[in-house]
Amino acid sequence: MVALTINGERRDVDAEPDKPLLWVLRENLGLVGTKFGCGVAACGACTVHVDGVATRSCSVPLDQVAGKSVTTIEGLGGDRIHAAQLAWIELQVPQCGYCQPGFIMAAAALLAEKPKPTDADIDSALTNICRCGTYQSIRKAVHRAAEMAGARR
Amino acid sequence: MKLTRRKLIVGGVLGGGALLVGWWFAKDRDRLGDRTVFKARMGEVALNGWVKVGRDGSITVAAPRAEMGQGIHSALAALVAEEMDAKWSDVRVEDAADLNVYRNVEILIDGLPFSPEETGRMIDVAKWAGSRVSGLLGVVATGGSTSVRDAWEPMRLAGASARDLLLRAAAAKAGVDRKTLTVVESEVRDAAGKKIATYGELAATLGALQPLRDVPVKKAGEFRLIGKPLPRIDVPAKVMGTAGYGTDVRLPDMLYAAIANCPTFGGKTKGFSLPSAGLPKGIVKVIELPTAIAVVADSWWRANKFLTGGDLRLNWDAGPNAGLDSRAIAADYAGLLKDGKPKLTRSRGADTPPADAKFLPATYTAPYLAHATMEPMNCTSLLDRGALTIWMPNQSSSLMRYVGAKEAGLDQDKVTVHTTYLGGGFGRRAEVDLVRQAVALAKALPGKPIQVLWSREEDIQHDFYRPMATARFVADIPADPKALPGWTVRLVGQSASSQFPGRVLGIGETGDPDGNSVENPPYAFARYRLDAIVPQGPVPVGFWRSVGHSHTAFFDECFLDEVAIAMGRDPLELRRALLKDKPRHLAVLDAVAKASGWGTPLPAATGRGIALRASFGSIVAQVAEVAVEGRTIRVRKVFCAIGCGIVVNPAIVRAQMESGIVYGLSAALHGRITIKGGAVEQANFPDYDAVRMADMPAVETILVESKDAPLGGVGEPGTPPIAPAVGNAIFAATGKRLRNLPFELK
Repeated sequence: MVALTINGERRDVDAEPDKPLLWVLRENLGLVGTKFGCGVAACGACTVHVDGVATRSCSVPLDQVAGKSVTTIEGLGGDRIHAAQLAWIELQVPQCGYCQPGFIMAAAALLAEKPKPTDADIDSALTNICRCGTYQSIRKAVHRAAEMAGARR
Repeated sequence: MKLTRRKLIVGGVLGGGALLVGWWFAKDRDRLGDRTVFKARMGEVALNGWVKVGRDGSITVAAPRAEMGQGIHSALAALVAEEMDAKWSDVRVEDAADLNVYRNVEILIDGLPFSPEETGRMIDVAKWAGSRVSGLLGVVATGGSTSVRDAWEPMRLAGASARDLLLRAAAAKAGVDRKTLTVVESEVRDAAGKKIATYGELAATLGALQPLRDVPVKKAGEFRLIGKPLPRIDVPAKVMGTAGYGTDVRLPDMLYAAIANCPTFGGKTKGFSLPSAGLPKGIVKVIELPTAIAVVADSWWRANKFLTGGDLRLNWDAGPNAGLDSRAIAADYAGLLKDGKPKLTRSRGADTPPADAKFLPATYTAPYLAHATMEPMNCTSLLDRGALTIWMPNQSSSLMRYVGAKEAGLDQDKVTVHTTYLGGGFGRRAEVDLVRQAVALAKALPGKPIQVLWSREEDIQHDFYRPMATARFVADIPADPKALPGWTVRLVGQSASSQFPGRVLGIGETGDPDGNSVENPPYAFARYRLDAIVPQGPVPVGFWRSVGHSHTAFFDECFLDEVAIAMGRDPLELRRALLKDKPRHLAVLDAVAKASGWGTPLPAATGRGIALRASFGSIVAQVAEVAVEGRTIRVRKVFCAIGCGIVVNPAIVRAQMESGIVYGLSAALHGRITIKGGAVEQANFPDYDAVRMADMPAVETILVESKDAPLGGVGEPGTPPIAPAVGNAIFAATGKRLRNLPFELK
C-alpha cells in the first residue's frame, strides 16, 4: 500500500512499487485523462504535476511519489477551470487532442513558475510532441492564459 | 455540380487508395434515411437518418466520419445546423452505425487508382470488383480528405428535411400555413415573428409525420453558419481530459493484452516458454497468434512487463525476409529507375524534345515513414454469446466490422463497432491488423472484454509505411528562355492501393500505383511523360497523410526549381508561365507570393522556397523561409495559401493547414524508417522524432475562397508542398540542392 495525494485527496494505492505513476493513475485510480504516448518520457503525453513540478508519469515509479501530491488534468485548477484550459478553449487549440492534457499540464506548471513566460520559456518548458501540429495555437494559448490568470488575480 | 446528384460508383477507396468493393447507384436523397435509421434514446425523436431532436432542445447529428483531429464532427454538424437554422450550442454529435446511408460515396470515386478519363479501365475495375467481392457494398470510411465533399449534399438535405418536418409540426400546432413560418436559432416563429415553439418543444408533437426527400437547400449567399469559425464540438472535452479515446475504454472485468509482433516482416511465431516460477501475479494467459504473442493480464502494465521483461521467452521463425535491408531495396530501385517495366505510362505533348534543347537530369529519393499517431494502436473487443462488440479508434467501421465478423466466424449483423475519438489517424487507422488481433484474443477468452494496446515500439516497427520511393527526371531546357520546358519522369515505389485490398480481403496485389502518385501535374510543359514502376515486396506500405503526393510533390516541385534555375528564370515566374491557363492555381500561387513578399531581400544565409500542389480537390501553395546555420536548418516562417472552394469553417481549414505543414515538416527534417535483417531499425520517438515547439515555424494561412469552385478536401493537401518549399529555400539560402529526404546538410 502506498499513500499519496491525488488531486487534493489522500489515496492508498495497492500496486507494485515499480509500477509507473501513469499506469497507477489509469489502471488503479480510473483517471484516464493522463495519456500513454511513448513510455520513455520522450513525448510528454503523460505529464502530471508532482508537488507542482511537471513530471512525465510514464517514467516515475509509484514508490518515488509516496507521500507526494499529484495533480492530473482531472484535478487541474481545483474547483474552477484553470486559466490554461480556458485559453485552450478560447483559442480552439486541440485537434485530435490526445496530447493536450500533457501540454496543458506542462503549460500550467510553467505559468505557476513564470506568470509571464516568453516564447523562449515556452520553447524550453513545452517539449512535448503533438503530431497534429497544434504548436502555434498552444504558444498563443499559453500567452493568453498568462493574461487571463493575471486578470483573475 | 450535376454529378453529385447521381453518381455511378465503381469501387471503393480508403485514404486515397483503392479498395474496390462493388458498385451501385447512389443519389443524395437516397441517403436521407427514414425516422427508424438513427436510433433515438429516451426523450429524443429522430427526424431522418441524420438528425434527432430532444425534448431538452438538443439537436443530435449522426457523425459517421471518424474525428481524428480534423474537426470533422463539427464541420458535418454545421452542414445540418445551417439548414435547420439551429442554435449552434444546441448541436451535438453521435457516432453513427455502419449503415448504407452513412457510407462514404466520395471516397470511392476520388481515390481510384487511375484518372477519371480512363473509362476503359473503370470497366476493368468494375469487373474485377464484381468478380472478387460481392455483398460488401461501399464502406463507412474516413480518408482521402473526402468527408465534407461526401456530406455536402446529403447532410445539408438532411438538415433541410428536418427543418421542414419540424415546421409542418409547428404549422399543425398553430393552425397556420407552413410557408409563413420562419426559424431563428432553433425557435419557430409565425409570420409576425412571434414564437410558436422551439424545436425541443416540437419534439413531442411529431406523430407519424415522415421526412420529405425533395426539400430545397440554401443558396451560397444564405449561409449563416457555413463560412464562420464556429467553436468545435469536441474541444471542451479534449481540454478537460474527459474525451474518450480507444485506450480510455473501460468495461467491467476488462482484461488487457500487450503484444509482441514477430520482429521481421513475413515472420511467424514459433512458440514461447514460460518461466519455471509460473505466471506472475495478474497474468491471465499467454496466447500465441500466427504472427504475434500476446500476454493477457488484469493490467496492461503487468502484461507488458512480463512480455518484455525477459522471463517470458519468445521464439520466432524469422521467415523468408530475414535478410531484407532497405539499403538493398534502394539499390534495386535505382536499377528499376533505369530498366524497370512501367505499370503505367502517361504522356502528352510532343514526343521528342526540340533539336536545340539541353537536358537536365536529376534523381530524388524519399524514405519509408511511419505514421506515429500520438495514441498508440489499440482495439477493445468482446465476444459474448455469439455477438461481437468492438470499441476502436478506427477510420472505417465497415472494414472493422467486415474483418471482425470474418475473424470471429459470425455474420456481420452480429457485429457492432463503436468508433471512439481517434488520437490521430493519418491513414494508419484504416488498417485492419488491430481488429484481427483483438478478435483472435476475444475468441480465446470468450465472455471477457479485452483491450489490445501496442507499445510505441510495436507501433513504429509494425506500421504500414509510406512507401520508399525514387524518381529520375530529365527535363529538356529549350534554347529560347521564353519557351516552356519538357519533362520526363520515371517513378519507382510500392503502392498502398495495390497492397491494401489484399490484406483486407485476402487477395493478391493489384499492381496498380497509388492513384494520386501519378496524377498529371497542372503545368503546361511542352512535353510530358511519366512512367510509373510499381515494385512489389514484403514491406507493408499504407496510406500516409496525402499518400502519393507526400513524396511526388517533393520530387516534382524541387525539380521544377532546378529547371527554373537552369533556364535562368525565377521559380515563381516559371510556375506562373506554366499555369497561365489555370486561373484557380494562379490565384493561389499569387496569394502566397504576395503574402510572403516574394522577391524582397532576406538576411544572409536565409532563403525562400516556393511549391504548389493540387491534391484531394484543393490547391495549396506554400513559401518557406529557411535560415541555415552551419548544418542546422531552421524553418522560420511558412506562408500557405489554399483554394478549397467553399470554406465550411475557416478556423478548421487554417488548423488543418498548420497540421499538414507540421506533419510534412517532421518527415522532411526527421522522418526515416530503415530496415535491416528484415526488421525496422527505429523504435520510438528518440529515433523517430517529430517537430516540436522550439522548431515550429510561424505559419500564416491565406484562404483563397471561390464560391463557384467545387469543394476540396483540407485534411491532407497542406502536407505535400512543405518539403519542396523547404528544399527550395535551403537551395536559395546555401546553393545546395538536397534531393533526398530527410534533409541533411553535410
